[in-house]
Amino acid sequence: MTDDPRIEVKGLRKRFGATQALDGMTFTVRPGRVTGFVGPNGAGKSTTMRVVLGLDAPDQGRALVGGRPYRTLDSPLRHLGSLLDAGALQPSRTARNHLLWLAHSQGLPAGRADRVLEQVGLAEAARRRAGGFSLGMRQRLGIAAALLGDPPALMLDEPFNGLDPEGILWIRGLLSSLAAQGRTVLVSSHLMSELQDVADHLVVVGRGRVVADTGVPELLATLSANRVTLRTSAPGAATEALVRAGAVVHAQGADTLGVSGLTGEAIVTALNADGVPFAELATHRASLEEAYLELTRDAVQYHGTGVEESAR
Amino acid sequence: MRGLRVLRAEWTKFRTVRGWVLGAFGATLASVLFLLVGTASTNQSSNRHTQDAVALPVGPGGEAVNDSFFFLHEALTGDGSITVSVTALTGVLAREPGRTSPGTTPWAKTGILVKQSLDQGSQYAAMMVTGAHGVRMQDNFTHDRAGLPGRPSATSPHWLRLVRAGSTVTGYDSADGAHWTERGSTRLAGLPATVQVGLFTASPAAVQTSGSRGGTSPAVATGTFGQVALGGSWARGSRPDRWRGVQVGGDAGTSGSYAENTSGAYARTRSGFSVTGAGDIAPVVGGPSLGPAYTIENFLVGTFAALIVLTVVAVQFVTAEYRRGLIGTTLAAAPGRGRLLAAKAAVVVTVAFTVGVVAAAISIPLGRQRAHATHFLVFTVPRAVELRAVLGTGLLLAATAACSLALGAVLRRSATAITVVVVTTVLPYLLAVSGVLPASVAQWLLRLTPAAGFAVQQTLPRYAHVLTVYTPSSGYFPLSPWGGYAVLGGWTVLALVAATLLLRRRDV
Repeated sequence: MTDDPRIEVKGLRKRFGATQALDGMTFTVRPGRVTGFVGPNGAGKSTTMRVVLGLDAPDQGRALVGGRPYRTLDSPLRHLGSLLDAGALQPSRTARNHLLWLAHSQGLPAGRADRVLEQVGLAEAARRRAGGFSLGMRQRLGIAAALLGDPPALMLDEPFNGLDPEGILWIRGLLSSLAAQGRTVLVSSHLMSELQDVADHLVVVGRGRVVADTGVPELLATLSANRVTLRTSAPGAATEALVRAGAVVHAQGADTLGVSGLTGEAIVTALNADGVPFAELATHRASLEEAYLELTRDAVQYHGTGVEESAR
Repeated sequence: MRGLRVLRAEWTKFRTVRGWVLGAFGATLASVLFLLVGTASTNQSSNRHTQDAVALPVGPGGEAVNDSFFFLHEALTGDGSITVSVTALTGVLAREPGRTSPGTTPWAKTGILVKQSLDQGSQYAAMMVTGAHGVRMQDNFTHDRAGLPGRPSATSPHWLRLVRAGSTVTGYDSADGAHWTERGSTRLAGLPATVQVGLFTASPAAVQTSGSRGGTSPAVATGTFGQVALGGSWARGSRPDRWRGVQVGGDAGTSGSYAENTSGAYARTRSGFSVTGAGDIAPVVGGPSLGPAYTIENFLVGTFAALIVLTVVAVQFVTAEYRRGLIGTTLAAAPGRGRLLAAKAAVVVTVAFTVGVVAAAISIPLGRQRAHATHFLVFTVPRAVELRAVLGTGLLLAATAACSLALGAVLRRSATAITVVVVTTVLPYLLAVSGVLPASVAQWLLRLTPAAGFAVQQTLPRYAHVLTVYTPSSGYFPLSPWGGYAVLGGWTVLALVAATLLLRRRDV
């Protein structure tokens, strides 16, 4: 095992035609915890992973695995196991043979193939053609391939896709135990909910760059602390008082204001000082999902057009 | 080490897809099936060959030869010399049945001969006057040297002399019988003390070069000689006026036959002899001169079918990875792209070479058996040539498979890559050898396209001193076996280099 199996991504830039797929993507994935790699579709998650694996060449920047470019690694699957696309299988090849050629490419004994098949629960299907596998089974086979070299670092792109709830639970457990063994684990998803309860750390990306690189508790705290809903019979006076106190205020209804930039306590103090009446003050506890939506609002590449917008 | 691991992985990949393994067997089978179709007919045209359809006579070098001629001769012992003047070479051509006209074929030959025995294919040296190529010294079928130019006449005869000393025979010619020019000297290994010495005449059939395959018609020649002078120990006790005339070879061989109402003959004239004969003393070549006989390359006719199947397999071996996205997994496991391509190429090259050699090793004996059963002659070639054709079939398929693989990597689409290989390799080959194209176009195709590689299967020899239609449709490629293969090799290397560069430069 590499001493420090971290994955480092430094200033990656890559353009596909008119699209800036990566725009200064920079982050480090550390061992011993599950790092969620999350962002909307098209944010550059897959491209970043492909650059890490040396499949795509960046226009600028570099990616290192354990301090070395992936392409210089001898037996790379012993350093970094990866799953990019569960459908990347020759349909007529059996599951075991798929792992067998991978094992041969790393100088691993055939026994490793059987071992990881057991580990992912595919031992029964080892001699069946991969073409007949469900998406869930393909994900398991892809994870088996990632585990084949017993690598100190793993990188999985959307491993939850196509899994049933039982499968999702299984992967979460697997990822946690891999991280607990001191491995580096990077898992991407475009749905924050999938990473809830498993990710210890998050790299949130949008439009080819990192939007947030933070621990899950910290992220929740920073966002939920600042959002307050206020009901008042004097919205004009309230807005004036709060803006003066440094808050950002926007009207949410005839008598409802959304306030951010001040804690609930500070809002009460400011309103009382000016003698503004208010009926209700609700501090909003953001979920991870909401935190994520907030962070990536500007970064969403393809979003539906609202009714109001289309009416214009 | 890394290279070996990648090679092993690619081999595992190949053998674990049943379709590809079946493809390799299918290619072998397809090749043999084409042979069975190609040799389905029975030889009806030539009952002459039904009796002795075993093999053509074989010369000292192992090559198939014609050794049929009229010989006025005597067995003479020891060292000696024979000298004679030739005053005329005339002949009769039978271009259409029942109609003859005077004339000689370019390589009609008459002159003096020292031959090991009367067996066909035995060693010899000869000085001769030819129809259109002046005086020649020829020995052991494949060697030919030029002497005096032009044709003799009564007023200006050509004088010929052969001198035997041990196993060495030296040829001379002269325009006046006084001043002699040595034309060459040859060692006939193991020449016995007693040899057959005398006057001979042979005339290969007239070859029509019109049409892509051409045809032949009977031709007979007559040589007119002056008195024969013998020297050395041959002079003692020999009586040229009592020499016996015999048709060596019993028949006129594959490259000539007597015209209607003619036969081999000799006559004593006031001034000497005249000898009439047909046939040839020369190596057998393909084309119209060969007549109804099979060649080794006829038995390898199914190679193109194996090539198509292997092209599909080789292309799929790389394009299937692109279609499924598996190439990403492959390159994540083995990031060296040049190394990966080399490993893939090594796998398809090994498979294709094996298919080619096995198919050829089955096809040639099977073809011989079929030829025997259907009363066709089989063109005999030296063992080394046959071995080259067998290995060449393997190499031909190996190079094409590597080329297909490289094209698959460049184009990343199997249908396109397969089409390109078939259109640039199989199609030119089939068009060229089937004779649907003019010979010159066919020859250019076989010089420039990868189809040139099929030349490596060619076993038919080409001799400047034997006339036939040397075109692709009669089995003659414009380039030598290895020259043609080098063209295919060049295209293959080009495709592999392009594939390596693109694979390195492109994102997966």
